[in-house]
Parts: sequence; structure tokens; C-alpha cells
Amino acid sequence: MGDAIKNFVDWLTQPTLYFTLSTVAILAILKYRKYTTKISVIIGTFVVGIAFLAFAWGDTNFNRIITKPDNIPIIILLAAVLYFSWLSLRRAYLNDERMKQGMPPLEGDAGKQKVHTWPDLVYVELICLVLFTAFLLFWSIGVQAPIEEPAATARTPNPSKAPWYFLGLQELLVYFDPWLAGVLLPTFIVVGLMAIPYIDKNPKGNGYYTFEERAFSVTFYWVGFLLFWISFIILGTFLRGPNWSFFGPFEYWDLHKLAPEMNVDVSTYFWVKLLDMPRPANIFLRESPGLALLGVWFFIIPKVLERPIMAKLYDGDRSNLVRYHVMMHLLLWFGLIPVKMLLRWTVDLKYIVGIPEWFLNV
Amino acid sequence: MNKLFQAIRQTQIWKSIFRHSYPDTPRNRTLAVLSNFFLHLHPVKVRRSGINLSYTWCMGGLTFFLFLVETITGLLLMFYYRPTAEYAYQDIFALRENVPLGLMREAHRWAAHLMVITVWLHMYRVFLTGSYKPPREFNWNVGVILLVLTLLLSFTGYLLPWDQLAVWAVTVGTNMARATPFLGHEGPGAALLSIGGLDLVHAGSDVRFGLLAGRFVGEGTLLRFYVLHCVGFPLIAATLMAIHFWRVRKDGGISGPL
Ligand code: HEM
Repeated sequence: MGDAIKNFVDWLTQPTLYFTLSTVAILAILKYRKYTTKISVIIGTFVVGIAFLAFAWGDTNFNRIITKPDNIPIIILLAAVLYFSWLSLRRAYLNDERMKQGMPPLEGDAGKQKVHTWPDLVYVELICLVLFTAFLLFWSIGVQAPIEEPAATARTPNPSKAPWYFLGLQELLVYFDPWLAGVLLPTFIVVGLMAIPYIDKNPKGNGYYTFEERAFSVTFYWVGFLLFWISFIILGTFLRGPNWSFFGPFEYWDLHKLAPEMNVDVSTYFWVKLLDMPRPANIFLRESPGLALLGVWFFIIPKVLERPIMAKLYDGDRSNLVRYHVMMHLLLWFGLIPVKMLLRWTVDLKYIVGIPEWFLNV
Repeated sequence: MNKLFQAIRQTQIWKSIFRHSYPDTPRNRTLAVLSNFFLHLHPVKVRRSGINLSYTWCMGGLTFFLFLVETITGLLLMFYYRPTAEYAYQDIFALRENVPLGLMREAHRWAAHLMVITVWLHMYRVFLTGSYKPPREFNWNVGVILLVLTLLLSFTGYLLPWDQLAVWAVTVGTNMARATPFLGHEGPGAALLSIGGLDLVHAGSDVRFGLLAGRFVGEGTLLRFYVLHCVGFPLIAATLMAIHFWRVRKDGGISGPL
């Protein structure tokens, strides 16, 4: 029984399934929010989660990862993210129902009343402060901060992992070269976050939780934050072992587990496999199929979608054209991630455009 | 006991500090906030929704609290830590073995992890309540920079114990810099920057070299990260936090439905 569960979990967590299931789960939770925001759901989730932890604790391989002191924050992160996602969706659902009946959102009644900072706010702050101080003290007494052997630049540990909060980016390295995964995409994340208030012209949903009034924005943030950030951190912490190979949570970290690399570029697919000829020597000619694909992705798609999306988001007001194009470009860069992942899993795609001569691989 | 308190409250010293009696009337509650430098960060009155825990999740406040914890514990750690390849590891090790209240390292590390979590959750809540919408666009941007700074603070601190974990995590992280377009020696476009066949951007001159003060993570890196971690980033972060809080008030207090 125990082994069957372990094998099942190991199978379930292989990157393709793990990612697909997470996507489906997130979208389903949002869609069926009427049911998923019930109080019993969150309690059930935590009960199952704790039961699983207790069960898995006894496994040597799982135990080795989970008891690393630096991994405790990740468990806290996971629990907090689950709880607060549920809470926000619940408030959003309740608010949407209230507003359908012509009532103000939950925050509405409370928003009208004003209370004195002293004592109403100050005591909340004080309680938070005391509780958190106590919590931190217990944690610090209970768990020693790790210290490994002294630095030795000659001995590379395997796996070498970035700090946990950057594991999402390290996971991207499986699919993209460092100039994208480590430089360009992070830059776009920061720039994209900063651009959000200037792109989103929807005046609704300012100052209260809602889903229906901001369905796209909320879904976008859930997908971006929960799927591409949090779930990648979980993946990177618990499921990536030596050589960044995948390991199930109950699997032994075998140093010699090597996944065969047989990935193929678009140029090879086009010239060699499709036209049955050697790849041309001229770089531009050689990469023209991939460049064409990227051209379609970054230029044709925004042009084609311009009318319908402009009409939906900005009432067709052409003065918002810059907003639209900035948004589309950011979204398309973001969209490149799942596209590349899917292509890797299905057709072993390595690069869409591969110009190693110039370190320019996409 | 009561008499003693009464007497203390009548002294000139007490009166010079607190310019109101116990805050249980509207007037004195207002004065309590207005005449106290720290409480003065707050407005006198707040929307009930703004102090509702299930609305703000208290995450901005907790982030700030953790920042203060980091400042205090960090200061104590600085008494014991020397940022050189020779001493760094030893000092961290000695902290556990020899220093009373060596707990400081634990508190500093766990609070740092927590701060990353709370800042993400704070941002999550701000997004989900649409609180970045006008008039709060600018404060959202200040927030994004604070987020980056929080991660940078955490990352620079990660190196300081100078053990295998630290050095290799930072090596993995900074290796990315060598692929920066034009500025890293393995980045696209870097090869274009050459004069008469002489490469301008190579392993000894690219951004990674600047970041690490060398071709790999070494003593120069340690000093550089130490200075940024203890002085540079905290100063910038503290300044931006002041702006952030000030802006929360100027933008009409914590958001709520209109
Ligand atoms: C070091 C990091 C940060 C600290 C200490 C901090 C602190 C705070 C505090 C105490 C508030 C008051 C309301 C609340 O607690 O929710 C607040 C509000 C706000 N924060 Fe932050 N914050 C930080 C980072 C961020 C980030 C990363 C963002 C977003 C990208 C952000 C955006 C905002 C906005 C827009 C408000 C106004 C929200 C409203 O009026 O409802 N902050 N911040």
C-alpha cells in the first residue's frame, strides 16, 4: 500500500504531468469557485496535506529533502499561498454574489466607517508583532541555521541550486539559454509588473476582492504567480536532483541518472527532416524557418488580435494602441515559456532559432 | 501602584514626552497619533476595511516588521563577522559555538526567508484587490523596486557564511550575468563590440566581472556583497519604504471601494 502510493506520487510528479495537472487544477479552482471556496475545502486540503507529510516523513529519500532547514520556508510558503489564494477567492466570490444582488462588496460597508488609529489599528499591529516575534524566536531556537563545509571553489556540489526564491528562473534554464532565462525574462518580469497599472484600464475592482469584474487579470496573476513561480519553486526544491535531473519525491538521488539529450532545432527539422538536405551554411538562410515562426509569434499575432482585443479591453479607443502593444509583447514573451515547454515534451525541440555562433538561441 | 503612575505622569519629564493624557477620548486618541513620531506614520483615522485582517492580510506591515528585525539582528551579527575569505566562515561557525545569544544568526536567516514570503503575499493581495489602480500606480512601482531590493538583500546575504552552499548558490545565480546581451562575454551581441579584432567584452571585463570583482566568486565578491548587503541595499530600501508609506497616505489611505 505504502509503496504503491509512493510510486504513484513519483509518477504523478514528473514534470510534464505535474505541470499539466497544476494548470488544470488552477483553472478548475477558478472556474468552480462556487464550490472550491467552501470552508470545508480549505480544511480538507490542510488535513490531506498534513496527513501526506506525516506519511512521507518516514521515507528516507523524502525525509532527506524535507528536513533541510532551508526548506522549511518553502513549506510555510506553500501553506500560506494555498490559504491566501483560497481566502481571496472566497472573498471575491462572496463579493460577486453580493454585487449581483445590488449590495456593496464586503469591504464597502466597512470602508465607509472610519475608526481611530489609536487603539483600533495600533492594537492589531501590536498583536501581529508579538505573535510574529514569538514565532521567530521558537523557530530560531528549534532549528539551527545550516552551515556546510567551508567554500572550496574546486569542488562543485551536484546539484548546485540557486537560493530557493530564484528556483523558478533556474527551472527555466531547462528550456532557455541563460540570456533569456537569467537576464531577459527576469527583466521582463520586473518591467511587466511595473507596467501593470498603466496597461490595465479597467476601473472596476479597485479596493475590494472580485473575480467576475476582473476575470482576465485575476486569472493571469494566478497563472503567473502560482503556476510559473510557486509551483516551479516546489519543483526545483523537491523534484530536481543531481544534474538537474527529475526525481520523484520518494526517489533516491542517483548521481548517474542521466536523461538522454536528443533535442533538435527547428532548422534541422525543416532542412534535414522535411526537405531532406543539409542545413545551408548561411546563418540567416539556415535559421529562416525559426525566424519566420518568431516573426509570426511577435508581429503577426498582435496585429491579427489587435481589433478584437482593443475592442474588448479599451472600447476600441485607438489612443490605447501603445498600451495594447506593450501588453501583447509582454504576454507573448510570457507565453513563449509554456509553448517551448510543450514543444520540448512533444517533439524534443531544442531551439526555435539556434545561432550558437553569436550565443543567440531562442 | 496607581499612585505611583499618577505621580510619574505628573512629572515634567513625562509631560515633555507625551502631550496628552491616556488616549480614551476622541481628542486624546487623535493626539496620541499626531504627537508620536512613530504613530504619526498613520493617519488619525482609518477605514475599518483597511485594518481588517482578511483584507490586507497584514502582509505589508509584517514585511516592514521583518525588515526591522533584520536590521537589528544584522547589526548584532556585524559585531562578530569579518568579511574576508580567511575569517568569514570561522566567524559564522564561532557564532554558534562561542557567542551568547548566537541565536541571532538563526533569527536573521529565518526572518529573511519569511520576508521574501511576506513581500510576495503583500504583492499578491495588492494585485487581487486592484490596489495598484489609480491613484496608486506610482506606489505599486515603488513596491516593485522594493521587491527587487528584498530579493537582492537576501541574495547578497546568502554568500556571507562563505560555505559551500553559499558560494555555489551565488555562482549559479551570477553565472547568468555572463549571458547578458552585449554586456556579458557569452551574451548575444558581445562579439560585435570589438575594435580592430580586440574584444571589448571578455571574461575579464564584462558585467559578471564587475559583479564578482573577479572571474569567479572570490574574496573580492565577498567584500562587494557584504558592503551592498549591510549598507547599500538597506539604505536604498529604507528610503523607498519611507516613500512607500508616505504615498499610502497621500493616495488616500489603504484602498477600499469608493
Ligand atoms: C519591502 C517591501 C514592502 C513593504 C515593507 C511594504 C509595506 C507596505 C505597507 C505597510 C502597506 C500598507 C497596507 C498593507 O499593509 O497592505 C503597503 C501598501 C501598499 N503596497 Fe507595499 N510594501 C512592500 C512592497 C510592496 C510591493 C512589492 C508592492 C507591489 C508590487 C507594493 C505595493 C503596495 C501598494 C500599491 C500599496 C497600497 C495598497 C492599498 O492602498 O491598499 N508594496 N505596503
